Amino acid sequence: MIYLPYLVAAWLFLVGLYGIVTSRNLVHAVTCLSVVQSSTYILLLAVGFERGGTAPIFLDVPVGTKAVDPVVGALTLTDIVVGATVSALLLALAVQIYKHHGTLDPERFRSRED
Amino acid sequence: MDALPALPVAVPLLVAAALVGLAPVIRRQVADAVALATAVAVAALCAALLVQTAGGPVVYWFGGWRPRDGVALGVAFTVDPVGAAFATLAGVLAVAALVYSWRIFEAVSPLYHTLMLVFLAAIVGFCLSGDLFNMFVFYELLSVAAYALAGYHTEDPGSLRGALNFAMTNSVGAFLVLAGIALLYGRTGALNLAQLGQTLAAAPADRLVVVAFLLLMVGFFVKAAVVPFHFWLADAYALAPIPVGVLFAGVVSELGLYAVARVYWTVFSGPLAGGGGLRAVLLFGAAATALLGGVMCVLQHHLARMLAYATVSHVGLTLAGFALLGPDGLAGAVLYLVADGLVKGALFVSIGLVQHHLRDIRELELHGRGRHLPWAAALMALGALGLAGVPPFGTFRGKALMEEAAAAAGHAWLTALFVAVAALTSAALLRAAARVFLGIGAPRDRAPAVQHPHVHSTLLGPAVLLLAGALAVGLAPGLAGRVEVAAARFTDRPAYAAAVLQGATGEAARTTHHARGSLAVPAVLAVLSALLGAALALGALLPRRRPAGRLTRAAGRVWAPTAAVLRDLHSGNVGDSVAWLVVGLAGFGTLLALVAR
Repeated sequence: MIYLPYLVAAWLFLVGLYGIVTSRNLVHAVTCLSVVQSSTYILLLAVGFERGGTAPIFLDVPVGTKAVDPVVGALTLTDIVVGATVSALLLALAVQIYKHHGTLDPERFRSRED
Repeated sequence: MDALPALPVAVPLLVAAALVGLAPVIRRQVADAVALATAVAVAALCAALLVQTAGGPVVYWFGGWRPRDGVALGVAFTVDPVGAAFATLAGVLAVAALVYSWRIFEAVSPLYHTLMLVFLAAIVGFCLSGDLFNMFVFYELLSVAAYALAGYHTEDPGSLRGALNFAMTNSVGAFLVLAGIALLYGRTGALNLAQLGQTLAAAPADRLVVVAFLLLMVGFFVKAAVVPFHFWLADAYALAPIPVGVLFAGVVSELGLYAVARVYWTVFSGPLAGGGGLRAVLLFGAAATALLGGVMCVLQHHLARMLAYATVSHVGLTLAGFALLGPDGLAGAVLYLVADGLVKGALFVSIGLVQHHLRDIRELELHGRGRHLPWAAALMALGALGLAGVPPFGTFRGKALMEEAAAAAGHAWLTALFVAVAALTSAALLRAAARVFLGIGAPRDRAPAVQHPHVHSTLLGPAVLLLAGALAVGLAPGLAGRVEVAAARFTDRPAYAAAVLQGATGEAARTTHHARGSLAVPAVLAVLSALLGAALALGALLPRRRPAGRLTRAAGRVWAPTAAVLRDLHSGNVGDSVAWLVVGLAGFGTLLALVAR
């Protein structure tokens, strides 16, 4: 068992959250969210990793060849698609907010009652 | 028809795709009619599924990939009465929302209908899915549609900020869910709920299982807006278009609770069984959510914000029913959620009527201006009583079941919590209704009254429909018994696994008809909490003749700063909201670590 990928995943998750919490720019915050999300890619791939395994393409290889888990690959791909959608939507919202406020700094447009 | 479970998801998705393609060439009325017809079809299909599940869960394997030798290879929809009931609720609320948007929600393009249909399809898929990763995908799909709908009014900066905070916080929640799924997959090599549960039940809980449960629970709690994960909710729900708010407040938050309940009972109930500690942790979260939501609800003067915090508060209330970790509490919670969702949908429509006719949604500015809207007044007052759980609303039956289960589990104090919460949320709405429709209380400087020329009486339709639904849930004979049977099945992990993996149709549902306590005491308590709410509302409105007594002044000295701090905390800032999420994750993690030792 290799611990490095799990540590990297945890680090990315935390550092991305730190970035969102302290962000003073919405585009930066959206990028930090992508950092948080990339930790899930690494976690998924680490879970399905097989030392010495090949890509899970079972063509022209003998039966029983070691390969990494194809399911986590599929999950990661789905996750990436989700991430692209969310980022695009968030950036579109950020653009609209910039049009109204002339700034991307969340501290400068705190919401008020009503 | 074997493919029935797939239809309520496939049909709206296909229609949505067609609407996008045809958006440039079709007229708005066509899009309205098509979307409404689709929503009606989805509601009918889900209702048909609900009927079909009476004999046991309906399992549908996509592409015919059935399990081999008890090992699930494919992806399944596993439909049970609880999931089908939530899907039907979503369908009914979508019908109401689309009728409402047809008449009132101006300047919409077919893209709005597309988003609504995708949203509906994702909610239904989430309710019917029997596969953990598919739950995540539908969760993300419904979330993305919800973010776009919350920020639909791009000309309103408040609504954009609300949507942004909603999207950021809920995305982090979704990644927690995904991380939990990855850990579970790493341990078991399975994604099917039944398979996961069967594999995990073989060994007692270890740290990995507890961490996976924590990640999934917190991730779904973000959607449910359990304290302290609720900071994003008010701006997103209150500033979204009214028909979107109907769905948000009616079913979306509840889905978070549904997911936690589903995942707990199908996957974790084996290794985490007998958890008095887990029960305490969940009850703590439930009480905090119910009370903070109730207090914040009273503090609001923006009608939609009031409903948003009422949603938070009632999520806490329902979580208490689930937190008892038994079939009886769950039955009460399910009944309560459905009825409460219908009541909140009706309330959203009625404040939409107010906003449409009076061009304002702020309680103080609207003082006395709603005198000529008796129907809206009646709907709002009835809705407030529904929130308070007064018989014969369905909320009453649900609450009575939860109270009975709480007393049986040795947590009779929950009854006091239920009374307090019902009083707080109904007080806020009754106060607003009295001020707006009756003109009670000191008037504010009058803004020039802008009246909308004509009153669409047809707009009342959706609100009346939803309130009638909430009454029907309370009055339908034998419904409580059916819900109890459904909850008993929901909590029966081995039977669920057998139905999914072995295709066992399941023996006739165990008759769990135990002698039910009299409904007289809960009814008295419900009326009492509504009266308490009315008294609180009047106390806030009527001028004080006598100088305040010492006790009142002392209470005021505590109340005012507390209210100010609470308002400050709910800043609607993205960073704050995510910071509270981290605090909540750490807090729930610590509590779980303490009780899991």
